Amino acid sequence: MAEIINTMKRVAYYHGCALDGTGHGYNRSTRALAGVLGLELEDVKNWNCCGAMETKNIDNEVQTYLSSRVLSIAANEMGHTKVMAPCNGCYHNLKKAEYDLGHKEKSREVVERISRKAGHEPYKAGQIETIHAVDWIMESIGEEGIRERTKGKLKGLKVANYYGCMYTRPRHIFPGRDAGPGTESNFRPHFMDDILDAAGANSVDFAMKSACCGGAHTLCDSDTSTKLCINILQAAEASGADVVATECPTCHAGLEMHQIRAEKVYGIKTKVKMIYFTQLLGIAMGLSHRKVGLQENVSDASSVLKAKGI
Amino acid sequence: MAIHEKSLIRPEDIKSQENLVIDGIDVSGHWSTFISARNITDYNEKMQDEIAALPGGENIHRCWQCGSCTNACTVNALEPRFNPRYWIYLIRMGLESELLRDKDIIWQCVSCNKCTNICPRDVVPEGIMKATAKWLELKGHTEVNPSTHFDEAFMEQISATGRIEEGKTMRMLFKRTGRSLFQDWLIEMVKRIAVKMPMHYVFGMGIEQIIPPRVSGWRKQLGPALDEYVHESEKKQRQALGLDQLISMAQAEVRPAHHKAAE
Repeated sequence: MAEIINTMKRVAYYHGCALDGTGHGYNRSTRALAGVLGLELEDVKNWNCCGAMETKNIDNEVQTYLSSRVLSIAANEMGHTKVMAPCNGCYHNLKKAEYDLGHKEKSREVVERISRKAGHEPYKAGQIETIHAVDWIMESIGEEGIRERTKGKLKGLKVANYYGCMYTRPRHIFPGRDAGPGTESNFRPHFMDDILDAAGANSVDFAMKSACCGGAHTLCDSDTSTKLCINILQAAEASGADVVATECPTCHAGLEMHQIRAEKVYGIKTKVKMIYFTQLLGIAMGLSHRKVGLQENVSDASSVLKAKGI
Repeated sequence: MAIHEKSLIRPEDIKSQENLVIDGIDVSGHWSTFISARNITDYNEKMQDEIAALPGGENIHRCWQCGSCTNACTVNALEPRFNPRYWIYLIRMGLESELLRDKDIIWQCVSCNKCTNICPRDVVPEGIMKATAKWLELKGHTEVNPSTHFDEAFMEQISATGRIEEGKTMRMLFKRTGRSLFQDWLIEMVKRIAVKMPMHYVFGMGIEQIIPPRVSGWRKQLGPALDEYVHESEKKQRQALGLDQLISMAQAEVRPAHHKAAE
């Protein structure tokens, strides 16, 4: 058993599969942000896929096991009490595994069985807390800390904060939400708004915060996804936003891709740009556009930011 | 209109005449619309249990038909025929032929979890949509849908390496569904990614096409442990639907015919 680490300043980092591919800008900016904020990210050793949104359709417990193995490594082998997952899908799955292992006998049995067979310690509910990148910023630095460090760098930038499905639903897997001041809300998520507002940005009133982008069927049923993405992009434009801040690689890639598809297939053009919230915060902390990988996004927001002097 | 929720009635069941006289009373216009009576001749009594045996369908018996799921549904807002509350009703009643009318759209659930979030009875309607789509496939009512192809492409990769590689997933999906990768929006997307991505990423992703990222020890111990469970689970699902029995029955019917022909 490793030495127990219980601090927000040093957390286990589970970036998952998507952040090695299309979400690389998110990965790069999160790491850069950790560096500039003086926070330590320790990669989960020999990690595996969390099961994504697909394996549960093969069998629910397959997804529970895959996620539990990640939790087990972070807790048992690395001694962490907090694991940070920036991808909404990973975050959701780790939370769901935690819930299922705490509530369902069948999940416990199957995880125990596969883990023993696979030769590692089975994960038990309550060993580690899964947090999202926004929780990580909120709890380690806080709004006041961001305000002091950024000195209103994002002033004049209008942001539509897009949280997506997996960060907010279903509510039973996110205990502790909607519990009064200072806690996150499932119905009106606001942590990203709070963080970016503290950095000087102006978060617009955006009705589609946790609408669905059709991410699960982005390739299987592209027409549905395009329609859903267009709703989100048009609502963001109607609310006066310059950029859409995202916190999920699937949402981000989906919005970028279907913005192009909507133009090519339906002739519907939208101008709003997508940007990971960690990229925005990194820039607010004084990192260069290049350092946070802004130019690497398919929808490049650098010209919008430059026009605002950011 | 005298009929409430007319949109829920199939057009072919609505009978409307311009001029109508019944027993000497003129009922033309407003009162001349009727709904034809439904004759139900067959119930599939096993349908609910079979769907409950598939992943996601476990809690279907808990539904009390409040309709919160349909009210919250993302896909319903785009396609009014997409109605989880109604399908759960049909499954619980065993009205198979009614369900089959919508068989080609049930797989389109986008898993946004709005239904599961709002359900007061912990029914997990999202899971039921997945279980129903799978049931339709296993029973041969529909082709394997693109979403299932995607699930299987994922599972295949996880079982082999423990991780997902996006480029490969995409190629596997397009190959399985027989679609061309050369669609102009996709080409545009790939072009932009190729231009934007730093060289070492492009290079890295290229390498990953040849040597996929892999969890160490996966092939030896972890993968087989998972596979064993998956096979067991699939076997149970087939048993619950009586598929193996159906196949052996069909074979038994075919075999004597062959023997006769041989004689």
